Amino acid sequence: MKAETGLNKVLPAVSRVEEPTSRPIESLLNEALEFARDYKLAAAGAIIAFLFVLTAIFAPQLAPMDPDAVNVRDALAPPSPLHLLGTDNQGRDLLSRVIWGARMSLYISLAAIISSAIIGALLGMLAAYYERLDMWIMRLMDILLAFPAIIVALTIIAILGNGVNNVVIAIAVYHIPQYARLAQGLTLSVKQSTFVEAAVATGNRDSAIMARYILPNIMAPLIVQTTLLIPAAIMTAAGLSFLGLGVPPPTAEWGSMLQNSLQWASLAPHVMVVPGLALMLVVFGFNVMGDGLRDAMDPRLNTSRRGIRTNALMRAARHVGSAATPAVAAPAAR
Amino acid sequence: MASFVAKRLLASVPVLFLVVTLVFFAFQLIPGDAARMYVGGYATEEAVEAARHELGLDKPVLVQYANFLQGIVRGDLGKSVQTRRPVVQEIVPSFVNTVQLSLAAIILASTLGIALGTVAAIKQGTFWDHLMTVVALLGISVPVFWLGLMMAYYFSVTLHVLPSAGKATWQAFLMPTVCLAVFSVAFITRMTRSSLLEILGQDFIRTARAKGLRESVVVGGHALRNALVPVVTVVGLRFGYMLGGAVITEQVFAWPGLGRLLVTAVTQRDIPMIQGALLIFGASFVLVNLAVDVVYTFLDPRIRYR
Repeated sequence: MKAETGLNKVLPAVSRVEEPTSRPIESLLNEALEFARDYKLAAAGAIIAFLFVLTAIFAPQLAPMDPDAVNVRDALAPPSPLHLLGTDNQGRDLLSRVIWGARMSLYISLAAIISSAIIGALLGMLAAYYERLDMWIMRLMDILLAFPAIIVALTIIAILGNGVNNVVIAIAVYHIPQYARLAQGLTLSVKQSTFVEAAVATGNRDSAIMARYILPNIMAPLIVQTTLLIPAAIMTAAGLSFLGLGVPPPTAEWGSMLQNSLQWASLAPHVMVVPGLALMLVVFGFNVMGDGLRDAMDPRLNTSRRGIRTNALMRAARHVGSAATPAVAAPAAR
Repeated sequence: MASFVAKRLLASVPVLFLVVTLVFFAFQLIPGDAARMYVGGYATEEAVEAARHELGLDKPVLVQYANFLQGIVRGDLGKSVQTRRPVVQEIVPSFVNTVQLSLAAIILASTLGIALGTVAAIKQGTFWDHLMTVVALLGISVPVFWLGLMMAYYFSVTLHVLPSAGKATWQAFLMPTVCLAVFSVAFITRMTRSSLLEILGQDFIRTARAKGLRESVVVGGHALRNALVPVVTVVGLRFGYMLGGAVITEQVFAWPGLGRLLVTAVTQRDIPMIQGALLIFGASFVLVNLAVDVVYTFLDPRIRYR
């Protein structure tokens, strides 16, 4: 062991890092291609989701005009070469607003879901690891789950007031229990494993066991869960804005664009059609992708006609899980 | 049976108590003075103090909490800040409207969902199955408010055949019901399909077929009866969610329900009204859950003995 450590010091760090990572990425690509072949609809969904993310990131470059530039002379203009998707009641370019709306939706959904994933996974692991906490944490989670998303979100908006970041908090709080439940169930089963027992026996601290042994092993299902909750978050955010309790008006957001279209739909239906279609397409893309991922990972479907192909993705998911924290087996050597 | 229901009822008491506690303390976090909100921004200091006393806000938080609990037991949820009428009087009629709408929607959703899901399962792997899958995924992805707006535009503005708001005639039920049902139709279709597929692969179905029973009897009599057990849970849960989740549908079609009341209350920061609506949502969800459990034991007697 000591000799090896000495050797490691001499060797340049890059050569050690490169070898193990390049192979999983290559095989991950292969697995992804295999998945695309087996789940065509899911792959189409993944492409939609990817395009949405690209649109959101490059909104400033992609939008042909300033999304907030008012031009009353062109108000409610139908689609034309100048305004490809037409304009709204203040003559703002709808295409640009839809593109910037994508950015807002991505920001809200990612910020909310990532926060709830972190908090939820932590709570779930704690509940499963310390039985004394289980009752308190999971009861609280059950109560939050008893209310529909929009009710929880409305309550939090009622307490905090509206605004982009309050929408993020509102949606994050609602999704915490879903992660907590999943993480709790998974942790309970991983806790039984021999390698966790070994880690306890070798005197690791609880926090180290959770971070290095349990978390990497429950990662894959949590990631699949995320692909299914992002569309839910996008929808709830748009719903809040539609009710006038989310992102405040001048900002381009799909829900508030729809809210604004209410008065003008009879004069110019396109102001209503455009943001709704964008919203539906993105949510559909994420849902189909998440659905395919979940099917591929569901062991109960293993016996059906999807049979052997399934394993490809399970392996892929494990790659994702272990790539995030590459320390499943290694610490046992210490 | 009665003891089972009694036991489950007792078990839901702590849950309800936690809901009440959460609803009370969450609104203690709101910045601003509730008494000032009650009398308005231009009121004199004396008026604010008088309101504070009237609303019991001059007492310590724990005393307020005790009063809140006592009020709930007596069926008193306080007065609305906006209308000055007792919250219960405002909430009950709206809740009745929401229940009506949700009942109509859940009936539509479960009939259609079970029918479509059965077709998809029987025709597994065919064009029909794939069509159902895509339709169900679309149903889950369509934003309710957008679907509502599009329907209202087409049927009310263009064709003039259906009213776009209110609940004056039976026609006014149609669009909100469809709108509220769409997500659940998709959900129930998928649930029925997967549940039925699992059952159709089991030995007793092979036995039934081997006996020479007609396929309709095998599916309708043997398979579906077993497959519907998990579907009932989903239907129940969807109904519970509909009671609260009708917020957006109600807003689109100006349906005078509890969801619309809640949105107005949040916009006007009418806290007693928000708390009242939340309590009703929580209580109804707990009750629906209880009802689902009871129905479940009827459908699957094995559960009772666990």
